[in-house]
Amino acid sequence: MGDLKLPGIDYGALMPMLILFGAACVGILIEVFVPRRSRHVIQLSFAFLAVVASFVAVVVQHNTRKITIGGAVAVDGPTLFLQGSILALGLVSLMLIGERSIERGGPFVSQAAITVGSQKDLKQAGDQPGATEVYPLTIFALGGMLLFVAANDLLTMFIALEVFSLPLYLLCALARRRRLLSQEAALKYFLLGSYASAFFLFGVALIYGFAGGISLSQVHDAVADPQRSQVLLYGGMALIAMGLLFKAALAPFHVWTPDVYQGAPTPVTALMAACTKVAAFGALLRVLYVAFDGVRWDYQPVLGTIAVLTMFVGAVLAITQTDMKRLLAYSSIANAGYLLVGVLALNEEGLSSTMFYLVAYGFSVLAAFGIVTLVRDADGEATHLARWAGLGRKSPLFAAAFTFILLAFAGIPLTSGFTSKFAVFGAAIEGGQTWLVVFGVITSMLLAFPYLRVVVLLWLSEPNESTPTVSIPGFLTSAALVIGVVATLALGVVPAPLIDLSRDAAQFVR
Amino acid sequence: MEQTVEYAHATGALSGIWLLVAIPLASAAILLLLGKRADKWGHWLGVVAVAASFVLGLVFFFSLRGLDAEARSAELSLWDFIAVGNLHVDFGLLFDPLSGVFVLLITGVGSLIHLYAVGYMEHDPGRRKFFGYFNLFVAAMLLLVLGNNYVMLYFGWEGVGLASYLLISFWYNRPSAATAGKKAFLMNRVGDAGLAIGIFVMFATLGTTQYDEVFGNVSALTSTTVLILGLLLLIGAAGKSGQFPLHAWLPDAMEGPTPVSALIHAATMVTAGVYLIARSHAIFTANTVLQTVVVSVGALTLLMGCIIGAAKDDIKRVLAWSTVSQIGYMFLGVGLGGGAYALAIIHLLAHGFFKANMFLGAGSVMHGMHDQVDIRRFGGLRKYMKWTWLTFMMGWLAIIGIPPLSGFFSKEPIIAAAFERGDWTSWLYGMAALLGAGLTAFYMTRLFVLTFHGPERYTDDNKHPHESPFIMTVPLMLLALGSIGAGWLMSTSVPGWLEPVFGAEEAPHEAVLSHTLITILSLVVTVLGAGLAWALFRNGTALAPQPAGVVVTAARRNLYTDAINEAVFERPGIYLTRALVFLDNKGIDGLVNGIAAGIGGTSGRLRRMQTGFVRSYALSMLTGAVLVVGAFLAIQLGWLA
Repeated sequence: MGDLKLPGIDYGALMPMLILFGAACVGILIEVFVPRRSRHVIQLSFAFLAVVASFVAVVVQHNTRKITIGGAVAVDGPTLFLQGSILALGLVSLMLIGERSIERGGPFVSQAAITVGSQKDLKQAGDQPGATEVYPLTIFALGGMLLFVAANDLLTMFIALEVFSLPLYLLCALARRRRLLSQEAALKYFLLGSYASAFFLFGVALIYGFAGGISLSQVHDAVADPQRSQVLLYGGMALIAMGLLFKAALAPFHVWTPDVYQGAPTPVTALMAACTKVAAFGALLRVLYVAFDGVRWDYQPVLGTIAVLTMFVGAVLAITQTDMKRLLAYSSIANAGYLLVGVLALNEEGLSSTMFYLVAYGFSVLAAFGIVTLVRDADGEATHLARWAGLGRKSPLFAAAFTFILLAFAGIPLTSGFTSKFAVFGAAIEGGQTWLVVFGVITSMLLAFPYLRVVVLLWLSEPNESTPTVSIPGFLTSAALVIGVVATLALGVVPAPLIDLSRDAAQFVR
Repeated sequence: MEQTVEYAHATGALSGIWLLVAIPLASAAILLLLGKRADKWGHWLGVVAVAASFVLGLVFFFSLRGLDAEARSAELSLWDFIAVGNLHVDFGLLFDPLSGVFVLLITGVGSLIHLYAVGYMEHDPGRRKFFGYFNLFVAAMLLLVLGNNYVMLYFGWEGVGLASYLLISFWYNRPSAATAGKKAFLMNRVGDAGLAIGIFVMFATLGTTQYDEVFGNVSALTSTTVLILGLLLLIGAAGKSGQFPLHAWLPDAMEGPTPVSALIHAATMVTAGVYLIARSHAIFTANTVLQTVVVSVGALTLLMGCIIGAAKDDIKRVLAWSTVSQIGYMFLGVGLGGGAYALAIIHLLAHGFFKANMFLGAGSVMHGMHDQVDIRRFGGLRKYMKWTWLTFMMGWLAIIGIPPLSGFFSKEPIIAAAFERGDWTSWLYGMAALLGAGLTAFYMTRLFVLTFHGPERYTDDNKHPHESPFIMTVPLMLLALGSIGAGWLMSTSVPGWLEPVFGAEEAPHEAVLSHTLITILSLVVTVLGAGLAWALFRNGTALAPQPAGVVVTAARRNLYTDAINEAVFERPGIYLTRALVFLDNKGIDGLVNGIAAGIGGTSGRLRRMQTGFVRSYALSMLTGAVLVVGAFLAIQLGWLA
């Protein structure tokens, strides 16, 4: 028997993740032991506390650059920047999730298992307080995302993928209103997600065969060796990329996005649009920049084609959408395309601008979905576009905020949408990918149409009796909206501090 | 004669010159932003703001006078206005003898006209807004004359253009006023474009737009560059000052309220072109061809103005054409160069007084006559409007140049200077100026006699003319005093005062006629013109225009310049526009709409692929995966790359 050597573990570097996973477990215990009446407050404050503590841990670690637990986790600049982003965006998502004053019991149903449409279901959907399990689930998802962006070998990455995906599947199914749609969305997401995970796992297996190891640095070294089987390399790389492209919602692996974004409870949609995107692109960046750096000229044209396809699919399909959440979903798909343009710059500038884009877009999209939760009628959220006609007359403040966010999506100057697009396009040109930028600009023009159509609808249409009211948001939603709008403005006017931060962080360890 | 130009930094009291612009600007902002809340007191704020600027202007003027003659300038750089690449533009002000006299004219006459407007606009519901625009104008005009570089001048230039547009169209619900505003704006655009391109040329060739640096380096430019630069500036000057060929907007601008006509379209804004040329004298004196062009524009315009003015029946239009013609004299002066720069400025200042005086007098007449403007329907008003009559008479005597009123001291030297140009052209320009003096006497006398003397020819609703209130007649009296005394006062002091700006007066060329003879001649033609008009119109005139010969008909139709504008610019412009609209609708829009429809259609078809069935989603993912793997392998096996 040889000595079993325990790998060295740097608990400090892992602290952000440990805090979240620990807190999630405690959250489950709270669910068991705390009486139902006080669960919501305790769970919410505990979740906040956990996310803030984890964020503080990230900040404390900000100079750490190391690989730990036997090469499974890399804590470096991009890891910490992306973890910080996920936590900041997650905190704002938690505010939307925790809102209870707009609707009695909040947007989540307490017992999703009850048959939809039955007497019992009507009763519980109408007046029972919502599930508080959402908080531990959210924390688990966030923890998984933190691990996902830090994973330094492919198996850890796969585990992290599952850790953050499974809670999200569940969260998608918990909508109080339109439960069937919600459950259908969750099931679709689950099936397709598992399908994509299988591809990913198969890719990992091929890469293991290729490199004889699964850590990213091993793969990197193996890529440099021309003696190895190139078929395994390219096959494995393609399948791994596919698994990640699915999470990032890039065409043609985006098909789940509109259905799931529409069906999921809106705060969960916001969480997915903001945080999942950060996590997926974080992992994609790490795999492409660290492991497959040596074949960059080979994957660049393929992924570039995917980026162009994604931008076109997102922009073109956004034009004919009639549902606000689906419109935002296609917008999010197109934005994934822009992010991939930044990724494919394949230089330091590309890395930093992509990370900046993720933060900027995350705050804007949170604010957008936050406003969607407010536009309601007796049946819950009124997401059909026709219902938004003339909202500017009824609630000028919210319509103005939404207009501002839409202008940010359209990339109008003085919003973060402009600075972030400028950053990724600039990086892509520097990286010699001008053709991607050309398509990026064309699709931005196309995308301006659906956004401006909503603006026109908001302000220039007469309100009619079917125009829903905008609920007065509670403190949490108000705070989330203010943070989202202010961040969109601030990153548009003074982007320099965050850009500098992302530049300082733009160096992977290998 | 190359002079290096250096401006001293503003010190002491002079470091506050920015207040001159800031006070009226702040007042304008208050009046326009507070809205109806300021209706009760807004007009007084407007008056006080301009009066405060006047008082400050006096203080600065006398501080400047206290300095040595060579050091009489104060440059104040407030902040870096534009800094892009090599282009650095200061937000800087310059208070020197030239801008000093302009400040006093603008704020002094401006204060009186503001005061008058309190009475004139009393019954107008938009009085507060009017004063807001009026203050805005004063601020912009002061910026124009106080800037220390061409960009600042352009800033003010556009500002006065905007204010002028807003005020001409002040009664925007009258179609004629709206059209006149548009016309003024469009014609000014032509001039402004010239000025802007001139500034571009300046930056391209000299790398700067600061006055001192430009003037100091003009000698380094080729003669052609100077000519182009000067012509571009001249286009700008002609546009703003209503000179041929961009003069047609000025008479139409009389659609605005009368105080506007008096302040903007007689006393101050329209003289901005003269200021521009006088300020850029280093450029204009550097090229003789350029000077000849300026002189020709001046001479031609002054004659045109006189001829058309003699045929018009609208009291304000006659005055407007008279303004066109008098500014022609000023252009003549600045074109002659040398000592005539100062003469032009003197005429400008004197004209500011007597023309404002007469415009306000005309306003007073209209006030008492229910807005009647046709001089054929006036007559004998001297009985009803003693003060208006008396003050208007001072303006009339001043403009036709009867000694010792101001016009005599300001206009006659320009005529003499034209005769001193030095070659055969002396005769050309001298005789034009002399003829202009005679014609001026004729049409101004016609205006005066038909309005205030002769039989009453009122329309039925105007049986009871009345004098205007004190608030209107007091400014008239003060301006009349200016019309009487300003000319003599300035002809003795201003040339010396402006010497630091224009340089010492050169020895004039040999005059083709002696100065005394010219003085006598100009007095003779003036008396002849006035006498003729008196004889013709002393007994009134027909109530409507009568059939007339070729010349009068042409003059009534503005010498067909409008028709020429229409034929040469407007109609081709309209055709071009139509052609472009056609191209735009069918070609570009067709393309754009086609693409949009194509994308919309694609979107609609692609949407159907989003079936909602997991199986089809999985299939599309599988297809995608196969394609991606296939693409990678293809690259690896060298099929693609």
